[in-house]
Amino acid sequence: MPIPTNSRAEPLIHRLHFAFTVTFHYLFPQLTMGLAPLIVVFKTMALRTGNDAFNQSARFWAKIFGINFIMGVVTGIPMEFQFGTNWSHFARVTGGVIGQPLVMEGVFSFFLESAFLGLFLYGEQRLSPKAHWWSAFMVFAGSWLSGFFIIVTDAWMQHPVAYQRFGDGSFQVSSFWGLLLNPWALLQYAHNMSGAVITGAFVMSAVGAYYLLEGIFVEQGRNFLRVGVIAGVIFCIIQIFPTGDLHGRYMARHQPVTTAAMEGLFRSEAGAPIVLIGQPDEEHQKIDNPLVVNKVLSFLIYGTTTAEVKGLNQYAKRDWPTNIPLLYYSYHIMAGLGTMFVAVMVIAAFLLWRKKLFASRWMLWILLLCLPFPYIANTAGWMTAEIGRQPWLVYGLMRTTEGYSKYVHAGNGLFTLLGFMGLYALLAILFLFLVHREISHGPGDAPADVRSGQPVTAA
Amino acid sequence: MLFTWFWLIAVMITGYVVFDGFDLGAGVLHLLLARTDQERRTVLRTIGPVWDGNEVWLLAGGGTLYFAFPLLYASGFSGFYLPLMIVLWLLILRGIGIELRTHLNSPVWTGFFDGCFAISSLLLTVFYGAALGNVIRGVPLQTDGYFFLPLWTNWRTGPQPGVLDWYTVIAGLVALIALTLHGALYVALKTRGEINLRAGRLAARLWPALLVITAVSLWATLSIRPEVLNNYKAFAVLFIIPVAVAASLAAIFIFQRKGSEKAAFLSSCAYLVFMLVGAAAAVYPNLLVSTTDPALNITVYNAASGRHSLSVGLIWWGFGMALAIGYFVFVYRMFRGKVSEGNIY
Repeated sequence: MPIPTNSRAEPLIHRLHFAFTVTFHYLFPQLTMGLAPLIVVFKTMALRTGNDAFNQSARFWAKIFGINFIMGVVTGIPMEFQFGTNWSHFARVTGGVIGQPLVMEGVFSFFLESAFLGLFLYGEQRLSPKAHWWSAFMVFAGSWLSGFFIIVTDAWMQHPVAYQRFGDGSFQVSSFWGLLLNPWALLQYAHNMSGAVITGAFVMSAVGAYYLLEGIFVEQGRNFLRVGVIAGVIFCIIQIFPTGDLHGRYMARHQPVTTAAMEGLFRSEAGAPIVLIGQPDEEHQKIDNPLVVNKVLSFLIYGTTTAEVKGLNQYAKRDWPTNIPLLYYSYHIMAGLGTMFVAVMVIAAFLLWRKKLFASRWMLWILLLCLPFPYIANTAGWMTAEIGRQPWLVYGLMRTTEGYSKYVHAGNGLFTLLGFMGLYALLAILFLFLVHREISHGPGDAPADVRSGQPVTAA
Repeated sequence: MLFTWFWLIAVMITGYVVFDGFDLGAGVLHLLLARTDQERRTVLRTIGPVWDGNEVWLLAGGGTLYFAFPLLYASGFSGFYLPLMIVLWLLILRGIGIELRTHLNSPVWTGFFDGCFAISSLLLTVFYGAALGNVIRGVPLQTDGYFFLPLWTNWRTGPQPGVLDWYTVIAGLVALIALTLHGALYVALKTRGEINLRAGRLAARLWPALLVITAVSLWATLSIRPEVLNNYKAFAVLFIIPVAVAASLAAIFIFQRKGSEKAAFLSSCAYLVFMLVGAAAAVYPNLLVSTTDPALNITVYNAASGRHSLSVGLIWWGFGMALAIGYFVFVYRMFRGKVSEGNIY
């Protein structure tokens, strides 16, 4: 893609800068937030049954968690800085609102996580089993709290509430609880956290399936499959109903133009169909090769098959999302994969219930090969939310072109974007190498000791 | 209210420098102090369980700045775009340096990450010092409150300086020497045997350098920005701060001589606290001064968030930080005493 050198390149470079760093970053927290509750499940089972195999499972996943955690930390720090470096005007006018959840993340969850992660990873010998369970729980609480504050931040940009606008154009919080309990935030949080658990569940199932297929660490592999598949089937269903459904309907009400673009609905229609597959042709305003189911979209949004759904033609073109095809594909990839996950996990859970899963090699293969898809689905979901918010930074109030740092020209932005790309390529290689090593090494190590003073995650 | 938030941010930055400062210093030193793999592990073990929590002070401090003084955050972070991006890269390299090193027991692997850790720690201390130097020297603020600084121009302090000039380089050296000494005292406090001795010797050698560079930086500051004395002249009681700096410097020397490791380390903490408090007292109510026109200065008055945000903020912020301090006390108690040597896995 040739990068134009005129000033119009600047917003694009700054958008790519944030998009690239945040997309790469979120590959890691989705697994830490997804694994944390599953590790608590293992610790609970160990406490209940007194069977040390569950502690071994917890220890193994704690190592994967640790490597993910450090990658999440180092790629997360740039995120908080980039509001100021690349989006300074946005930061200046919104600091009085979204500065609040961002500080709250630091003081309420990062301090908590950093304190208890070390205890959890190294405290097993020194703490009582109950206290160690608590340390695992606190790590879980810290990571989920952190996710909440970030969602509150994003939700305010999607659906600004509880603010006042001052004469100088700046936004200020008018209600502390109104900001934290933004309905959009609650719906998005439920949907997002369920998505994170899906990643955790699929990764856990895939490693279990791999062990069974290879015939190594078979006992542990079965544990992983049990927990992974049960969590998977529960959260794959929650992901669609109620969280996805409610979030989608709330969005249709408050960002109707985004919904129209996501669905590829160029013209308003009563009894609007849902497009399952097809390529949006923005120029001619139609879907090529469509595979549609009639009236479903009206039903999903309004609960009746006859309601009119507004199409893009109802809105001024300057308010359309800026990249409709990408938005449409992101949404369809997310929804399509989400549907596939339900099918995979329901079948796997059925086999588990019939005690046939561990012998069904075909199903184990499917679970193994599904490994990348929850990452793709979560990423596509976030792309749907953020591309769908365009052309606004703060929906309906501040346009994206108003917010970037005017004094940071495209050349400087591109320079640092390339720097991040290079550095993150290195991180990706190191991450894959280390995780592969842990998986090959397998579960079964003795607990580490807190007094050894090892770095936080290098168990 | 504005006064309170100004000092809360000063507290956050000071907390970051005092806490992360010793693990940065230990990072600068660990290739010098530790010759064998065994010894390097010992040095890293002194900071291993705490460095990540220490770094949270930076994030929480940055966030607090964003929340309380959005204009300063927006202007400063975009104006110092290039050095901040370099700082981010260094923080990434440093994080993986310490955390990934122990995953593999191979000389190439550990050597690579040791190098990452030492070099990024060293450059970070210099950049942090230079950053503070930039704030004191001032930047060419435009009428819209923004600016952009190149990494360097002609190395002179003038109306159009770069991030690095002779003055900010001195500030960078102050930070490098002060934090390295701080790290050496910390490593001495947490270790036994050969490393403890080497750390003590290094600290003794660094002390005169710190004395000289502190004096030089004071002279340099007064010569490029005599206005820093205004607050001191208005409130003479503030002169107690430079006296406290001198006293803590002397205390480092005395306690280090006497072998009181804990007292020497705490004196070094006090030195850092008083240096930063002294700087904060000198700049208030300015947050970022203009090199071209004092009317363009960013101050607590023109940069602050709305009153409601700030007063509600005091409640939850206070509550959250009280919790955070609780975790810190808890973690440092768990980790008290000297770290064990030898290969514990």
